[in-house]
Amino acid sequence: MQPIRQIRSRTVVLPASNIDTDQIVPARFLTTTTRAGLGATALFADWRFDASGKPRADFVLNQPAATGCRILVAGHNFGCGSSREHAPWALVDYGFQAIVSTEIADIFRSNALKNGLVPIVLGAEEHAWLIAHPGIEVTVDIEHKTLALPDGRALEFPLEGFSRHCLLHGVDELGFLLAQSEHIAEFEYHRA
Amino acid sequence: MTAQTMLDKIWRSHVVVPETADVPAVLYVDLHLTHEVTTPQAFAVLRAGNLKVRRPERTIGTLDHSSPTQADQVFGRVPIAIESARLQMAEFERNCRQFGVELLDMKHADRGIVHVIGPELGLTQPGSTIVCGDSHTSTHGAFGALAFGIGTTEVGHVLATQCLLQRKPRATAVNVHGRLSDGVGAKDLILAIIGKIGVDGGTGSVFEYRGEAVRGLSMEERMTVCNMSIEAGARAGMIAPDATTFEFLAERPRSPRGAAWERALECWRTLPTDMGARFDREIDIDAATLEPMITYGTNPGMVLPVNGRIPADGDAVFHKALNYMGFSPGDALKDKPVDVVFVGSCTNGRISDLRSAAGILKGKRIANGVRMLVVPGSQHVKRIAEAEGLDRIFTAAGAEWRESGCSMCIGMNGDTVARGKYSVSTSNRNFEGRQGAGSRTLLASPATAAAAALRGRITDPREVLS
Ligand code: SF4
Repeated sequence: MQPIRQIRSRTVVLPASNIDTDQIVPARFLTTTTRAGLGATALFADWRFDASGKPRADFVLNQPAATGCRILVAGHNFGCGSSREHAPWALVDYGFQAIVSTEIADIFRSNALKNGLVPIVLGAEEHAWLIAHPGIEVTVDIEHKTLALPDGRALEFPLEGFSRHCLLHGVDELGFLLAQSEHIAEFEYHRA
Repeated sequence: MTAQTMLDKIWRSHVVVPETADVPAVLYVDLHLTHEVTTPQAFAVLRAGNLKVRRPERTIGTLDHSSPTQADQVFGRVPIAIESARLQMAEFERNCRQFGVELLDMKHADRGIVHVIGPELGLTQPGSTIVCGDSHTSTHGAFGALAFGIGTTEVGHVLATQCLLQRKPRATAVNVHGRLSDGVGAKDLILAIIGKIGVDGGTGSVFEYRGEAVRGLSMEERMTVCNMSIEAGARAGMIAPDATTFEFLAERPRSPRGAAWERALECWRTLPTDMGARFDREIDIDAATLEPMITYGTNPGMVLPVNGRIPADGDAVFHKALNYMGFSPGDALKDKPVDVVFVGSCTNGRISDLRSAAGILKGKRIANGVRMLVVPGSQHVKRIAEAEGLDRIFTAAGAEWRESGCSMCIGMNGDTVARGKYSVSTSNRNFEGRQGAGSRTLLASPATAAAAALRGRITDPREVLS
């Protein structure tokens, strides 16, 4: 994983609440055996494209203003449902680096962090303001756990210490776990 | 020693390295269930890192999500219709072989949906930690296990280290008072719970279902309840093991035997939450007043009694969902026409579910124009059903009877609902497009689904129960 310190980007807004991972990546794309390439075709496929495969002009990601946006502001309880990690893979592949909501579902949050996609939970009022102001430029600072608005206000968000450390230093959790192998062996020995 | 919850007890006995302010706990995993869809990228990481599966004997694989349900394809008489699914399954077989993981392959007599086979084989045991790259791993909590879904990166962690980095979740008690009335079942109960607390009500927590109504449920019904914990946002659901649990597990192919069984029982009896233990939160629900439930929207929290009316108004998401479903605010659900009925899935694909649906269809025909698909949760369930003649009840009624798999719950194998069609489904998710692009899903119990098939309209199953 690449270390991340700061993300500076305009926002794109999807205000719907309870956006489930079946919407983020529909099941028919799950027969893939790699992580790559889900951004172009699979991400929000049934919202982005009509039944004949043509982009729907009214979907926010198909509008010119969305080009290059790396921060997605979405409604409450983003990423609920299926555990498919294809959801964060697709979001990252498309170019997103952070998701902002008032709540982010547990498994999605865990999967996002492992792919350098920063889950940002804000208070209802601050979130509502971001929803109402799509396209503004914000700066996410991982070290200080803040999201700075154009007027200079810095909104704090919770980020568990270890997750923050992993994002800042590009730490791979698998490497960390493998380094615990003596403890694991001891645990197995005592239980046997 | 302070009073502990069941979660506390299972958690403590699996901590390899305790959590600190800086680092989550290293938590040991007893059983790792795997399937073809959420593992290829994890095996690729092992291969790239030249790593082995640390404890292959704690890992088992099955083919379920993208597997065909037509016998010709399952038994190799014709090629598997979806090429990408075929390749994915072939890759999983190769991975299992190379890494020494036991696979219940396509023709295996024990194959089935990952959450059906674990309990059925006796692999799912009280007090254990169980994970799978699948959110409905919560099902196994019905046995008093801590069981939760993980992502593919974590599947790689478990394969390589048999451990996960985890913060301890909060414990929520879901107290179900009173008893369910006749014609109201486990699916109605869990749908009502989700309706009450919402699809985000359980985020960050593990549910422990308690109370008289829960004690009165069979193991299969308990699995239905725990299965849908994730639909309320809870990562896991659990129920204290008791005589019902032990009776289910006795003599299962992989349950402990002899002295080991006695030792296991002794240990399992210590698992239930201590008197006076504190939960982070308590939710109360009255079972006696519940009715058969059915969903009307695009998440499982949008649910009503089958005789109810859709709310007259709601937020933008409510209107978007109704628009997708082709319903109007204030509509009654009863008597709405139905195109497809699906009985199956890890929620309701077990033998008691098939018996319940067959009980309603016995000696009758489903309505003209309705397509009904009955898909057993495992090959084992299929064999029992056939021995009891349930398959003939279904086929005589005009339904299709298939080999086991996830099938129309997720539609990855081509078993899908066409755009705009209404499906009454015993599965667990009514998300937009879940059963195929543009499909409209109404979640309900096997009894309600069978009643809908019979009448071709949404029906209170109590009206057709003889
Ligand atoms: S039956 Fe449906 S919910 Fe259950 S494991 Fe299969 S796809 Fe997932």
